[in-house]
Amino acid sequence: MTMSTTAGTVAGAQANPVTGKAAAVEQYNYDIVKKFAIMSLVWGVLGMFAGVWIASELAWPFLNFDVAEITFGRLRPVHTTLVIFGFGGSALFATSYYIVQRTCQARLWGGRWLAEFTFWGWQVGVGAGVLLYMMGFTQGREYAEFVWPLDIAITVVWVAYFLVFTMTLVKRSQPHIYVANWFFMAFILATALLHIFNNLAVPVSFTSLESYSLFSGVQDAMTQWWYGHNAVGFFLTAAFLGMMYYFVPKQAGRPIYSYRLSIVHFWALSFLYMWVGTHHLHWTAIPDWTSTLAATFSILLLLPSWGGMINGVMTLSGAWDKLRTDPIILFMITSLSFYGMSTFEGPLMSLKSVNALSHYTDWTVGHVHSGALGWVAMITFGSFYHLIPRLWGVAKGMHSTKLIYVHFWLATIGIVLYISSLWVAGIGQGLMLRAFDEYGNLGYTFIETVTFMHLPYVVRAIGGMFFLAGIILMVYNVYMTIAGAKRSVEVDVTARSAAVAR
Amino acid sequence: MSDLWMWLGNLTNSKVTALLIFFTSFVVIVLYVYSGKKRKVRLESYKDIPFVDDHDKIPGSSAGSNKGDN
Repeated sequence: MTMSTTAGTVAGAQANPVTGKAAAVEQYNYDIVKKFAIMSLVWGVLGMFAGVWIASELAWPFLNFDVAEITFGRLRPVHTTLVIFGFGGSALFATSYYIVQRTCQARLWGGRWLAEFTFWGWQVGVGAGVLLYMMGFTQGREYAEFVWPLDIAITVVWVAYFLVFTMTLVKRSQPHIYVANWFFMAFILATALLHIFNNLAVPVSFTSLESYSLFSGVQDAMTQWWYGHNAVGFFLTAAFLGMMYYFVPKQAGRPIYSYRLSIVHFWALSFLYMWVGTHHLHWTAIPDWTSTLAATFSILLLLPSWGGMINGVMTLSGAWDKLRTDPIILFMITSLSFYGMSTFEGPLMSLKSVNALSHYTDWTVGHVHSGALGWVAMITFGSFYHLIPRLWGVAKGMHSTKLIYVHFWLATIGIVLYISSLWVAGIGQGLMLRAFDEYGNLGYTFIETVTFMHLPYVVRAIGGMFFLAGIILMVYNVYMTIAGAKRSVEVDVTARSAAVAR
Repeated sequence: MSDLWMWLGNLTNSKVTALLIFFTSFVVIVLYVYSGKKRKVRLESYKDIPFVDDHDKIPGSSAGSNKGDN
């Protein structure tokens, strides 16, 4: 099989007859995209394994083995950091670097080294962060547990990322900036803002990893959830919508359903998300108006969220048969369905009356995972299945289409088991904790709620195992695809050498 | 006029001010996007950008087989 080794090179570049490599400078920097894509899968497997392990610890506590480094409290931030920043973050670097080059028809700005710096900086940051968590070093801020020196290092990496992305937009050949890039730009700017303000802290000393937050009390809680929910809004939603707006049309072979709807989607989402963080603090010491404001904006968010979902799903309008024949489309459309479902459930849970039941229960954990597994991970899997063969120039696509189908069903069954078991656990837990007898005493003891949740916890762990098995299959499929590509290049080079010798 | 600036500068009115600014901006954007036939054609033409430099179409996949595939 002859490889399309010229993919990503200047059209018409002269190829070396022996090496098969294009002599001209590559039009696009795909090397950095490949690196981020591979590391995304590596962190994905490790992070999901950590998730399955801590879910199993909750079901079978002996798995703590009395080893401090692997107890739930230390492994939980390891899991969230690896899946959000390791898996999700690397996937966003990979796809944003790919999309901005392809839609601007411009090579990444900053030469090879600035993009390489973002790669090594991000990977070392994530790796060092999780090792320190296991050793017990954390800021104790949810989804922002990195200690202060790492926070500063990540800021430097992020500024480099901002420069590479923005300057590539500036030097674009295409007059219009495609909407996917708008979402990536919002993600980069908002994440910078959130990261800097949430991590403002005073170190104990320059030789210590400990620090004190600049905020305290209610202000600290509000700052944390302003960060926390906007990390969901801009890191886990806006950026993955950028991925969706490029890869769904590409895989479907049809342009997005409505470009004008995508513009309204972008601005509405950007306007609304910043206000909703306080819905995580209902019924606490915060001013009541902030609670009402957050709930109101959360309900309003339903409109752009569903507008975006409909825009993505309707891209298949007139070509629904692809759902029967293309497992990659299946991944993408299912991810949009989960996006719609979780963005309906979120506003529902932000209502004060519903939140009184749902807060502090496992319903919240289930909700997060319907978004994280159903939307974020599924759209990433679909995009990577589209991207990997193109990056390595494999003309026949992924090594095995059957394995993509198996992955899809493992992932879908895993998510359904996960979220339905935590609906049962969370709603049951909430009802039990709120129950009173006729004298005003608690209806149930705390241990009774724990006993009740044991079976759902077992089912949740099994759901996680299904999902983990799926990504392991994907890694095998990706490995075989890349290995096949390399073998083909070697065969091709040998044939060319023989031809030159004759 | 100075009363207006004083009112805007008062932090207790920041909620109303922010709401007015954001809501007005949003309405202007919606009106801009959904008015004008020429603008409609121009904006909708941008949806084909992902297909402009399709030189890596993969045979056998459903991608790149329909409208917009250059």
